[in-house]
Amino acid sequence: MKILVCISHVPDTTTKIKFINNNTALDTAGVQWIINPWDELALTRALDIKDAQAGAIESVTVINVGLVETEPTIRKALAIGADKAIRVNLEPKDSFVIATQLAEVIKKDNFDIILCGIEAADGNGSSVGGMLSEMLDIPSVSATTFLDIENGQVKLQREIDGGHEVIATQTPFIAIVQKGICKEPRIPSMRGIMGARSKPLQVIEPVTADSLTELVNYEYPKSKAACRKVDAENVKELVQLLHEEAKVI
Amino acid sequence: MENKKVLKGGEFILIESKASDTFIPEEFNEEQKMISDMCGDFLDKEVLPFLDKIDTTEPGLMKSLINKSGELGLLGISVPEEYGGFGQSFVTSMIASDILGAGYSYAVAYSAHTGIGTLPILYYGTEEQKQKYLPKLASGEFAGAYCLTEPNAGSDANSGKTRAVLSADGTKYILNGQKMWITNGGFADVLTVFAKIDNDKILSAFIVERNFPGVSFNPEEKKMGIKGSSTVQIFFNDCEVPVENLLGKRGEGFRIALNILHIGRIKLGANVLGAGRRAIMHSVNYANERKQFGAFLSNFGAIKYKLAEQSIRQFVAEAAVYRTSKYVDDKIKMYMADGMPKIQAYIEALGEYAMEAAILKVYGSETLDYIADEALQIHGGMGFSAEMPVERAYRDSRINRIFEGTNEINRLVACDMFLKQAKKADSEIFTLSKKIYEQLGTVENIVPTATDYFGKKHFYLGNLKKACVLMLGKAYEAVGKQYSSEQEIMMAISDMLIQLYVAESVVLRVEKLENLKSSEEYIIYKDICDVFVYEASAKIYKSAIDALNSFASGDEFVKIQNGIRGFTTIEPVNIKEARRRVAGKLIEDNDYKF
Repeated sequence: MKILVCISHVPDTTTKIKFINNNTALDTAGVQWIINPWDELALTRALDIKDAQAGAIESVTVINVGLVETEPTIRKALAIGADKAIRVNLEPKDSFVIATQLAEVIKKDNFDIILCGIEAADGNGSSVGGMLSEMLDIPSVSATTFLDIENGQVKLQREIDGGHEVIATQTPFIAIVQKGICKEPRIPSMRGIMGARSKPLQVIEPVTADSLTELVNYEYPKSKAACRKVDAENVKELVQLLHEEAKVI
Repeated sequence: MENKKVLKGGEFILIESKASDTFIPEEFNEEQKMISDMCGDFLDKEVLPFLDKIDTTEPGLMKSLINKSGELGLLGISVPEEYGGFGQSFVTSMIASDILGAGYSYAVAYSAHTGIGTLPILYYGTEEQKQKYLPKLASGEFAGAYCLTEPNAGSDANSGKTRAVLSADGTKYILNGQKMWITNGGFADVLTVFAKIDNDKILSAFIVERNFPGVSFNPEEKKMGIKGSSTVQIFFNDCEVPVENLLGKRGEGFRIALNILHIGRIKLGANVLGAGRRAIMHSVNYANERKQFGAFLSNFGAIKYKLAEQSIRQFVAEAAVYRTSKYVDDKIKMYMADGMPKIQAYIEALGEYAMEAAILKVYGSETLDYIADEALQIHGGMGFSAEMPVERAYRDSRINRIFEGTNEINRLVACDMFLKQAKKADSEIFTLSKKIYEQLGTVENIVPTATDYFGKKHFYLGNLKKACVLMLGKAYEAVGKQYSSEQEIMMAISDMLIQLYVAESVVLRVEKLENLKSSEEYIIYKDICDVFVYEASAKIYKSAIDALNSFASGDEFVKIQNGIRGFTTIEPVNIKEARRRVAGKLIEDNDYKF
């Protein structure tokens, strides 16, 4: 079996986000880039399965849609343990474009298990996995918190309100993974880091695909209004404010 | 690289270094950044959540951390591939020491294992010794320790009483003696032990395994800080060491001990960086959440001063450490290109920068002490509570001024080489010092010839160099060959040299950063440069006059004092505003992200 893990290149989650060009673009100056945390969990689970199923998993490949500056992030995935990588040479504009590119690659190379993080920490699109499923006409399981292969049978669990659903499916399929899929992301080892550059990183040119959405601009969350204090004696004013201004009673 | 001139050890005092020849931490390559992240992730996962437990020296815990470090490959960074390591550059090994330095007691165990625990065998071992021990030290299967200090032989390491006598059948050395303050001693499997053979005056070195007959261990010492680091006394009672475990030649031990300490010192310079960054983070986190008089502490100028000063000194220390580390790598390459075997090139290169290593050790450990002390102060009463992480940072910092050669010993090392040079009438320092003295009193000494920012900075650095050279020459002239008994003067001159080296390092770092930062951001880096050059000039003046007051008087005193005053005069800089801007960045980032 072959596993493909789709990875996004996102700003470190502690980045102070600033926008430029009339709030239409992220100011990338000084930003540290990382593998999207959910994708990193997916990768870790893929590698855990590969380690546990000696010989059953032929390879773990990572794929990213991005320009050359995402390669350090891709090599980090190789350092963590992926066997090979593919980069589709395109600046990703929206989920549809990304899914289209991924689908093209997957159609040509038969992957049995395709893993996506449930969302990317930057755009929070949460839609690539679902789109891929539709484009490839294969099943997808969202919010996957458990994935394993037992005697060639795929077992999954997905998060539902107050519990879990246990699911069986045939390959190929897409698992859209949620936290819980593995304990902690793997720390790459020295050996992994030193070997990352010698693993194959294939760059392929994109197919034509138009964005379905257009980014108009970003807005910052409204800053919280200052706290107003009402004198403890003045219950009447408090009730009035809650009723008329806050409109909560 | 081929055409680049590699600065020789100590040459910084005579030659103007160029930013383009200077390596700065912003130039780490992709692998180095990954290694840095890996070390940070390792601490977050395996070390920082367990600090209290680690500090109880729970049996097996530190050894298990060493094992885990080995699994990740962290122990083999400097070990060549043929012995199971990764044969990485010196800079890369310093990055690991830097980041892991934030690991409190673990950092000490890591440092001792990979440095003084492993390197003696790597550098001086026979092929058989290397094959036998290095792969296991690199993987973490074995832990290493270094046994030099004895109850009556601390700074005076060669005065140790541990003896080795060849057995009658000539197959073993019989060791007798006592070693103390042995880091990792509680669990180390392989010990490098220094002892004198028969009635030798000079030490020899031996590889002793924990299980050899006649080795015994005292319980863990109770310490003020780095409580989780294993520190024990080790006794050798008719301990039998096979003759093939003699490390290096008979009588070579003292040289081994000193050369290994050069590395230990420079590594300590890196180690304190990680610890400093973490203490600064705790400082600014607290200053940003604690309110008094209706405002966060970080709003107050007195606190901003501390936050800025912590960040500035940290930034300076980083600049000096990575500048020097790259010199070491360049020198190794140079020696190897000349046909020197790899291991010898390492030893020679590290020996070459022995005085820079001493400077980094002293400046780094005193910087961390400053940072940790002010971190505690910013926390006020809470900082004194054992519940706060800065309390541990404060206690753990203190040892750095003591081990790997006390800062006093290192100050002597730092200026000893120059004074030795000043001795020779035909030496550059001697000649230059005379020339500077003769020219004292000419006004043009103090007015920068350049008008651009860095041109002026280099002019001031040039003047600070003149002050150092002048004082070296004059001090030697005054006290002569007895200089080694005039330690007060040596301390003062060392302080000048330390400030000069680190000030030049930060100027070079900031100069090289110009194209890597936005112009808006860059202002803050110039602020760091301005404040530090100002501080260093003032400190160099004070130290010079301290020394001068110890040997000069009358007209000569006045003449030299005026000269020093000129050499340490810089144009006005609004240090209050500069520090506020530096603190402003720290406060906004809520972490050290310079």
